[in-house]
Amino acid sequence: MNDNARFEFLLRMGDNALVLAQRLSEWVGKGPVLEEDIALTNVGLDLIGQARMWLSYAGEVEGAGRDEDALAFRRDQHGFRNLLLVEQPNGDYAETTARQFLFDRWHLLALGAMTRSRDERVAAIAAKAGKEVAYHVERSSDWVIRLGDGTDESHARMQRAIDGLWMYAGEGFLPDATDDAMAEAGIGPDLAALRAPWREGVAAVLAEATLALPADDFAQRGGRQGRHTEHLGHLLCEMQFLQRAYPDARW
Amino acid sequence: MTSEWPLWEVFIRSQHGLAHKHAGSLHASDAEMAMKNARDVYTRRNEGVSIWVVKSADVVASAPGDREALFDPANDKVYRHPTFFPMPDEVKHI
Repeated sequence: MNDNARFEFLLRMGDNALVLAQRLSEWVGKGPVLEEDIALTNVGLDLIGQARMWLSYAGEVEGAGRDEDALAFRRDQHGFRNLLLVEQPNGDYAETTARQFLFDRWHLLALGAMTRSRDERVAAIAAKAGKEVAYHVERSSDWVIRLGDGTDESHARMQRAIDGLWMYAGEGFLPDATDDAMAEAGIGPDLAALRAPWREGVAAVLAEATLALPADDFAQRGGRQGRHTEHLGHLLCEMQFLQRAYPDARW
Repeated sequence: MTSEWPLWEVFIRSQHGLAHKHAGSLHASDAEMAMKNARDVYTRRNEGVSIWVVKSADVVASAPGDREALFDPANDKVYRHPTFFPMPDEVKHI
């Protein structure tokens, strides 16, 4: 097992949390109701905290002097290793909810497996993050059911959101050489094994929400290898602007 | 849309508190959402260990106009306060 694989693995976990948190921050002050605005921001803040833990550790493993901030604000999009799902735009509230729901359910399973990691630091981060994500899962599942089993319009929008994002939902179950190395070393999860429990959970919620489970399981991939959709560059533009324009600026 | 959701009153029991205290109010479509919203809006800074939510419509409140009738009669009944008993010096914190 080489440390480069571990560095990549940690970037992937950190970038998922960081990019999704940045997306959620775009809702601040614009949520549909005050309570939901605060609740969604809480989820974003949880993810920022998780991103810091993963990226700090990634920087230590890399050993090139990059800290969490350097990794977050000084990498260009091809250096990012997040799932394509989390970089997709917010859209309407159904799309934000669908993205969160599909990701949260993958996230909780992945973290659950990582609590048994042979890397104690990974296990500790996963245990801490898992408590937060358990609540995220409950919240996003709840909203899928409310909107799906709501009015005609909310049902139609929720179905459209699930259908539209579905091709990004499967990327987290497609391991590459890095994942194989991590799973073999007992550090990372066996991603392919997460698919069945994920599907079962998603199907149960969609059924309760009176929504149809999409039939086509084609999955876009590439985010975890640095090949992204056109949306990530714009997100990074905004997120990284300050550190790009004023390097090393501090509060 | 917000106005269609009923108002709820939130009561939080803090880490060291024995009783739930009124923390504020929020809008939610049902009890389950009210509980989640209360968690997110009122316990973000580790304020609580227990939450009650009650529909505001279910709270029966005294009317401000009844204030004199309800509370003034107690004003001149000083003998209802236990201030006329000599307290032994050994008893502290009363």
